[in-house]
Amino acid sequence: MTRALALHLAVLAALFAAQFLLPSYHHTNIARIMVLAVFAMGYNIAFGYTGLLSLGHALFFAAGMYATGLGIELWGLSAAPALVLGLLAGAAIAAATGVLALRTGGVSFMIVTLMFAQAGYLTILYFGAYTRGDEGIVITRAARSIGSLDLSSDTPRYFAALALFSVGLLLNLALTRSNLGRAMIAMRENEERSRMLGYNPFKIKLTALLISGLYAGAAGAAYAVLFGYVGASFATIQYSILPLLYVLLGGAGTTLGPFLGALLMFYLIDISSGYTTAHLFVVGAALLILVLFAPKGILGWVRDRGAKWLP
Amino acid sequence: MTKLIGMTPSRRTLLKGMAATASALALPGFVQAQSSAPIKLGFQLHRTGIGAAYGRWYERTTQAALKVLNDQGGINGRPVEVIFEDDGTDPKRGAEVVEKLASQAGCDAIFGPLFSHVVNGSAPRAGELQVPYLVCSEGFHVASGKLNRWTMQPGITDVRAQVSSMAPWVAANLGKKVTMVFPDYAFGHDHRDYFTAAIEAQGGEVIKHIAIPPTETSFTRYLPQIPKETEVLYHVMVGPAVLTFVKELGEFYGTGTRPEIFGFIDSLEAVDTASPGLEFLEGTHFWEGHCRVKQADASEHEAFYRMAVGVDDTGASVSDSKDVATYAHMFSTWETLFVLKKGMEAAGYQTTADRQKLIEAIEAMTNMPESMEHPQGAKVFNGKTHQVFGHQSISKVEGGKLVRVHMTSIEDGMYEDAVDYTTMSF
Repeated sequence: MTRALALHLAVLAALFAAQFLLPSYHHTNIARIMVLAVFAMGYNIAFGYTGLLSLGHALFFAAGMYATGLGIELWGLSAAPALVLGLLAGAAIAAATGVLALRTGGVSFMIVTLMFAQAGYLTILYFGAYTRGDEGIVITRAARSIGSLDLSSDTPRYFAALALFSVGLLLNLALTRSNLGRAMIAMRENEERSRMLGYNPFKIKLTALLISGLYAGAAGAAYAVLFGYVGASFATIQYSILPLLYVLLGGAGTTLGPFLGALLMFYLIDISSGYTTAHLFVVGAALLILVLFAPKGILGWVRDRGAKWLP
Repeated sequence: MTKLIGMTPSRRTLLKGMAATASALALPGFVQAQSSAPIKLGFQLHRTGIGAAYGRWYERTTQAALKVLNDQGGINGRPVEVIFEDDGTDPKRGAEVVEKLASQAGCDAIFGPLFSHVVNGSAPRAGELQVPYLVCSEGFHVASGKLNRWTMQPGITDVRAQVSSMAPWVAANLGKKVTMVFPDYAFGHDHRDYFTAAIEAQGGEVIKHIAIPPTETSFTRYLPQIPKETEVLYHVMVGPAVLTFVKELGEFYGTGTRPEIFGFIDSLEAVDTASPGLEFLEGTHFWEGHCRVKQADASEHEAFYRMAVGVDDTGASVSDSKDVATYAHMFSTWETLFVLKKGMEAAGYQTTADRQKLIEAIEAMTNMPESMEHPQGAKVFNGKTHQVFGHQSISKVEGGKLVRVHMTSIEDGMYEDAVDYTTMSF
């Protein structure tokens, strides 16, 4: 067993133990953070490993969320197939976006993905008769069960979030060690050199974006079922920026960075909002300090200072 | 000296006795501490985000109501504390705030949110935590049956009732051929659907629906879509674009003839109607949940409420005439706090174990007469749908001020029940 795998298993074991130790408030928070961390992991696959700076990931998260929510509300699906539908929707929308957006690169890619996400947001509002537009849809408790597992109850919800997070994290670790993962990093480091070596950059970047969308869609779908709400606000630009911030804070191109970033950002907002209305200023200041003193994020900083084995 | 064996208390007996005495002495104090501990109420506040203008006044109104309530002796003889927590007017954060107030702060009940998406995002968690969640959002979502037994709206009439109650007066006084301009999302769609049905019931019709995309900042390309035969232009816009809308409407009609104009004050909450650029509103009509300008026939309760919150006769802060209140809506927080008081007293509320009794006590409420607790006016609460119904006002802009020309009856806004929450489990 390598040190990296041991560390990841230790994190998962700690999260498992936390279920029995945390007080109620933090218990639900950690469940929420694990779902958001899956979203950020997806973002990290595109941005941290492949170098695709997207501003459109809210679209993939919302695709998963709405496919699940509408599947339950309009088509009467039960939670399990609705979750699968959400996951696939995230991947499908990401692939469709990628086919067009990956014709561009750099700043243009940012703008094109942002435009796609904005179009997605407006589409949700436009079809308000089905989506209830800005108000969103409340998913009833009865529809939030898988078999006898009531996902609106605290303990099953926590374990469902942990299961999703565990699968996401271990697959992410496996991806970084696979040939595809190394090719993705090669795209980030030097696309032209990779092309010269025989790789097809478009194909690799599209695959990365598809996997990224799969993660985002899974997180959106899980959020809908675990927390019972599907809303257009999750498709706004704010939810494209958030995973970027999580990844920058925790460490881009590190497997545990997205979780660490989501955890710290959540509590930074939660605690600072108790003292000031300018809590976003506090977040901004923290990010500025980070960019100035640890531009690779917390785990990137740790990796640079000896822990080179950190994936 | 003879030792009185058996009569001298042993060390253990002495310690037991001392402990018992100490307990007996301490117990009344403990009981007293329990019974006089403050009742904690959580307020889910739109302090930042798009609802901040409302949030500022909702906090002031609640603080004023809290002072009155505590001056009266609190609830069940206990002082009341309100813990305000900013939700950023965001549904995700809203659910987290419900969690924080209920689980971390240990609040007995939570109230206060206005924006519908925040309510929808938070209500599931309130239901899971089994904490009474009293919203002030106007949304039809409560009475629609989409939420849960723990979510109620006892402080403000919902938008379906508000909109429906406007139709009889509009049809009788302004005209029957209506063109509607509304934002193209759920709030606007509620207006579209319920007003269209209500005006048809009055023998009128909506001859054109003009839905404005929420990202629009200029309306000039929509205004020519208003049919010439329009008798009443019904508008409901929200956000900063409303000033542009009114200004461009004025430029569109110029000094020529124009239809009657009827709008919802949501468009101009926290905005001075005498602001430059709004001259075109002179002679037009608005729905108001509660009249911003103190009316000549204002009740003593209304006057008391206005003074307690710190609003002058024109609807602005007494300390800053440019700080216009969100007067048409903010009474809901005042009234909701007093509904909680009445409910807790009826339920004999002592601890969070009595939350279910509190819900049942509020469900049992019906008539709420106009009073200091209900300064906006009398109301009727429907325990089955968890929704209250009250009077609505129609005001006309005269000399830059809103003057009430009509008050609806409570029955004007009532509709058939879509749900019976009392049959749902907790």
